[in-house]
Amino acid sequence: MTMPIEIPAGDSAAPGVDESRLWLERLGASGPRREAAVVELHALLLKAARFEIDRRRASLPHLRGDDQEDLAQQSADDALAAVLAKLGAFRGEARFTTWAYKFALLEASVKVRRRAWQGHEIPITEDAWAVLADTAGSTDAHVEDTELFGALSEEMRIALTDHQREVLVAVTLNDVPIDVLAERLETTRGALYKTLHDARRKLRTALAERGFGIEGTREEAP
Amino acid sequence: MNDRDKSAAPGRAEVLARLLGPPGPELGCEECFTELDRYVELDLAGSDADRHVPGMRAHLEGCPACAEDFRSLRALLESESSAGASIAPRHPSSGRD
Repeated sequence: MTMPIEIPAGDSAAPGVDESRLWLERLGASGPRREAAVVELHALLLKAARFEIDRRRASLPHLRGDDQEDLAQQSADDALAAVLAKLGAFRGEARFTTWAYKFALLEASVKVRRRAWQGHEIPITEDAWAVLADTAGSTDAHVEDTELFGALSEEMRIALTDHQREVLVAVTLNDVPIDVLAERLETTRGALYKTLHDARRKLRTALAERGFGIEGTREEAP
Repeated sequence: MNDRDKSAAPGRAEVLARLLGPPGPELGCEECFTELDRYVELDLAGSDADRHVPGMRAHLEGCPACAEDFRSLRALLESESSAGASIAPRHPSSGRD
């Protein structure tokens, strides 16, 4: 099978463009040439998946070495399928290998998070109010903080829908990974983030209307 | 079990940041994934990645999962670079096989 894949014109200055063209050329070829490229790509994705799983080893203390390797293999297999299906979406704005890596890292990170939460209930609300109460009522809290967190807690009850509140609390206060929650709720990470984003906007608007200045809350880098 | 360090209870600023998210416009998760490879390469090259991909940084501040994906890809490329590209061949074989 021959696939007419090209790096879009005008990207000749992009990094690794020759290398990327070669990858696309080989993956778009037919017969043994393509097969060899696919094998090489799988090896690349497997190394990326192993890298990711190794980084996250601490969150999987119960997972044996064989299980970790299985997870890496599954991640590489799924990433390979995704990369091959989306070759036409490669825009040549980064190296082909960098573009391909992100699929393997995503597959591995999602699998690790889901494995870590397997068999665990998702804490939805009960812990959240305790966090807010602790923060507002801590000994070094200023009067303004107590008022702000009181208003925040109130607006979370009033301004948000039940679904928005559950998603906000689970992801931001109870540290439930968004793709774990997405799987449990049978939706996507993107859809849940939209819910989270809308909830945050509502809270910002409501607090601003109450006269709280909350433009920026954190200056740290991601 | 999650992407955050739970060694200490979050302080006031952290709780606020989590609940209210970044103030400005931001990308969604799908757009973030689309731009991630370019953003990381620009970042590593010392270019102004935030100017080239507006809304990316805000999303990474607001989405712990995407932020973790960013850190992972950055770390992988850095490890490749420091190991002399030992993780992946810089130039794939010519395929004359």
